[in-house]
Amino acid sequence: MARWIRWVVGGLCVAVLVGAIYFPILRRRLQIAAKLQQQTAEQARRELTQTIPVNPGEPLVKAKLFWSSGNGDGTLTDAAAELPLSSDPVLRSKQVLNTLLAGPVDADQRTLPADAVLLSFYLLPDGTAIADFSEALATETPSGIQSEQIAVDSITRTLEANVPRVQRLKILIHGQEVETLAGHLDLTGTFLVNTKGVQVAPAIAAPTAAPGSPPSTDKPTAPPTGKPAPAPTTKPGSSMGAGTLTREKSPGKLAQPAGKLIEDQARK
Amino acid sequence: MLLDVGNIVRMNRRAGSGDSLRIGAFFLLLAPGALVLSFSSQAPLQTASPALAAQSAVPQALPTAPPQAVPQVPLQAVPRAGLNIVVLDPAHGGTDPGARGTAGIRESEIVLDFTAQVRRALESQGFQVVQTRQGNEDPSFDDRSAIANAQTGAVFVTLHVASTGLPGTVRVYVNSDLPVTTDAGGLISWDRAQTPFQGLSRKLGDLVQGLLAQRFKGSPSAAQTAAVRQLRTTAAPAIAVEISSVVVEDRADLDRMAPGVADSIATGVAAFRPSYVVPITTVGTP
Repeated sequence: MARWIRWVVGGLCVAVLVGAIYFPILRRRLQIAAKLQQQTAEQARRELTQTIPVNPGEPLVKAKLFWSSGNGDGTLTDAAAELPLSSDPVLRSKQVLNTLLAGPVDADQRTLPADAVLLSFYLLPDGTAIADFSEALATETPSGIQSEQIAVDSITRTLEANVPRVQRLKILIHGQEVETLAGHLDLTGTFLVNTKGVQVAPAIAAPTAAPGSPPSTDKPTAPPTGKPAPAPTTKPGSSMGAGTLTREKSPGKLAQPAGKLIEDQARK
Repeated sequence: MLLDVGNIVRMNRRAGSGDSLRIGAFFLLLAPGALVLSFSSQAPLQTASPALAAQSAVPQALPTAPPQAVPQVPLQAVPRAGLNIVVLDPAHGGTDPGARGTAGIRESEIVLDFTAQVRRALESQGFQVVQTRQGNEDPSFDDRSAIANAQTGAVFVTLHVASTGLPGTVRVYVNSDLPVTTDAGGLISWDRAQTPFQGLSRKLGDLVQGLLAQRFKGSPSAAQTAAVRQLRTTAAPAIAVEISSVVVEDRADLDRMAPGVADSIATGVAAFRPSYVVPITTVGTP
């Protein structure tokens, strides 16, 4: 065998050896890069903005979360998850809604878009909650009465099961009131969450619904512009002033616990 | 340049014969700074009671009073001659395609085809049919409701194709319960025009859904409740029919459903005809 052929064969053997070692490493790197690309801008924003209102001191509580049953008939099924739920209704609501947004293990059971983010959550003294979601909730929820209804039902039923203080829910998209969720479901009103919670003054009472009936809407008891307006009345016996919001604390910003806020107002 | 700043504002004069004056549309003539109003007279409603005239399809541009300031008033129902008109609403259109399937199926196109078949089925039953759109336009929710609210003796059916649901099933929706509120003059606000018709809508919805369930296995047996935006401002018995779904691989699967859907709607509306009454509110003292 000629000398140059030996050199070529030897070179090829070395190349194969190097390739056998390097290609698995390259493949792993490509997989990691692909995963990073899947992380959308919304997901990145969620990581930056999402409060993780977990108080390690809180005991673990069985939360009930409502996701799609996954059989295509528009029904929901509940799943239990142990969470360190706060006793503060606003924090508690944020915890369960963020868990709902994170989604179930089975993607087919997801009711809300993966990119949707809960931007803010308020609770008015009359039991009206205002949940402000990112635009992804409107743009990525599949268009249709059934799909939009499932999305809203999963939110209202999860709140009903875990936060008794919430009686009605107003949904905003990026701080604004929108006419529909994705072309069908009316978001100009409020959705009935719980009629058994806090007593509501008759002037702003929500329509009563038969037990087990799906959430209904009435005309906005929440402000139409997306800016929470003063509540017309206060709960009897409540020390909370009309129009006061109990707002979720933002990380790094001055915020008082809801309980302290109420005490301060009572002193005034 | 004409700017349409209002549409279908009906003013009811409660005194006298109960006739109504309707401003079909009013426009701002921007260049000369003039306001142009186009008026049309409307036949008085079939009642001797001014209250009934005030109650039937009384759209208003804005709520006249906040809901909490308005007394709740009892509802009555009086028989009314003739359900003759069906307003069909093919949803979406124009720049709004509605639900879109992977095979390029667009809800706005499919519902037009369904509407054509429903129209033929209804006309064969002796109904006059009015459509909210004929082609690829996209009237607003209020414009579509205005077409229905301008009719006397009509029901409203809005047609949709879903993104989800078991393929080959059809669901009927009626609007979520709204509290009954009127202003001091007994008028129902435009935003709650569906309120007095909720019971009738439920009855119509159940009839149509029952027929659909017989034809399309897996469909619910009774109408469901949802806060459908289009229904809220419609002052007539109103239902939304949603077909599943745009995710079918072959559009022919949906096309095959059209005759059954059309026949169910037409038969359901015909069965509803004897029940058709117009609910009225008895104006009470605040």
